[in-house]
Amino acid sequence: MPPTKRYWDDVVEGEALPEVSVKELTRTDFVRYAGASGDFNPIHHDQTFAEASGNPTVFAMGMLNAGILSRVVTGFVGRKNVRGYKVRFATRAWPGDDVICTGRVTRKFQAAGEHRIEGEVLAVNQKGETLISGNFVAALPARA
Amino acid sequence: MAVDRSYIGKTGEPITMHIERGKIREFARAIKDDDPLYFDDAYATREAGAIMPPITFLQTMTHWDDGRGRPRPPIDLKRALHGEQEFEFFKPIVVGDVLTAVSRVADIYEKAGRRGGTMAFVVTETEFTNQRGEKVARARHITIETGQVVKD
Repeated sequence: MPPTKRYWDDVVEGEALPEVSVKELTRTDFVRYAGASGDFNPIHHDQTFAEASGNPTVFAMGMLNAGILSRVVTGFVGRKNVRGYKVRFATRAWPGDDVICTGRVTRKFQAAGEHRIEGEVLAVNQKGETLISGNFVAALPARA
Repeated sequence: MAVDRSYIGKTGEPITMHIERGKIREFARAIKDDDPLYFDDAYATREAGAIMPPITFLQTMTHWDDGRGRPRPPIDLKRALHGEQEFEFFKPIVVGDVLTAVSRVADIYEKAGRRGGTMAFVVTETEFTNQRGEKVARARHITIETGQVVKD
C-alpha cells in the first residue's frame, strides 16, 4: 500500500505508526529472502547445518524481520523521507512464527535544515517476545 | 575464542553495485512489501523521481562482492549472530544509480556473555557513494560471535 502524504505539522509525539504483520513465516520465505539479499548463511536454509549448530531447525535471517519491520516506517513517512533506521536483534523467529510490527513517534525536531521526526519500532512474535527493537529518523514536508 | 583484533581498520576493495529494477522488485517481494514505489514507474516518478530501493536493500551489496569487498576476521558461522544493523541516508538512491561501497572494520571488542563464555563483537562500516561522487548512505553492521552455540 502506498503511504498517505503526511506533513510534519500534523504529526504528534507519541503517535502510533500503522501496524504491519506477517503471519506464519515459512522456510520458503527464508529461501526467497536468501536469494533476494544474498545472505546464504546455511543456518537459515540447511536443516543439516542448522542441527549441527545445535538448533532444532532453520530460523529467519534477522534482516528479513528487519525488512518487514522497516515497512512500519516507510508506511508512515514514505521511503524517500527516511534518513536513518537502526535495529537491534533479540529473539530469533522460527518457521510458523508471526512477525508483528509496531512503532511510535517519540520526538519532533529540526536539524540539517529539515523538519524531522524520530521514533521507535518493535517487532514481536505471536508470544509477545521481542524479535527486534529499533529506531528511525525521517524528514517530513512542513506546511508553508 | 578471541577474534583477531589486528583486523581493526582493515578496508575491503571497493564494490561497484548497480541499483537494478529487478533486484528491487525481488527484494520488496521478499519482505512482502507491495508499496508501488518499488514496482510502478509512473507512481514512483510522481512521488520520488524514480523507483527507489527499500530501506534495508543495501544489504544486497553481497551480490556484488567477489569476496574481497568485506574484510572479515575469521569467525565461526555456527556461533555467529547478527547483533545490530544501521542505515543512514544522506541523498536519495534510485534505480539506475551505480554505487561504490567501501567497507572497513571499525571495531572489534569482547564482552562476557550473559549465558557464560566470551562474546566477540565485530563492527563493520560501509560508505556508499553514487556515480556523481555524492556520499549517499552509510551502513553499520555488528556481528557477534558467541562463546557457545546460540541458544535463545
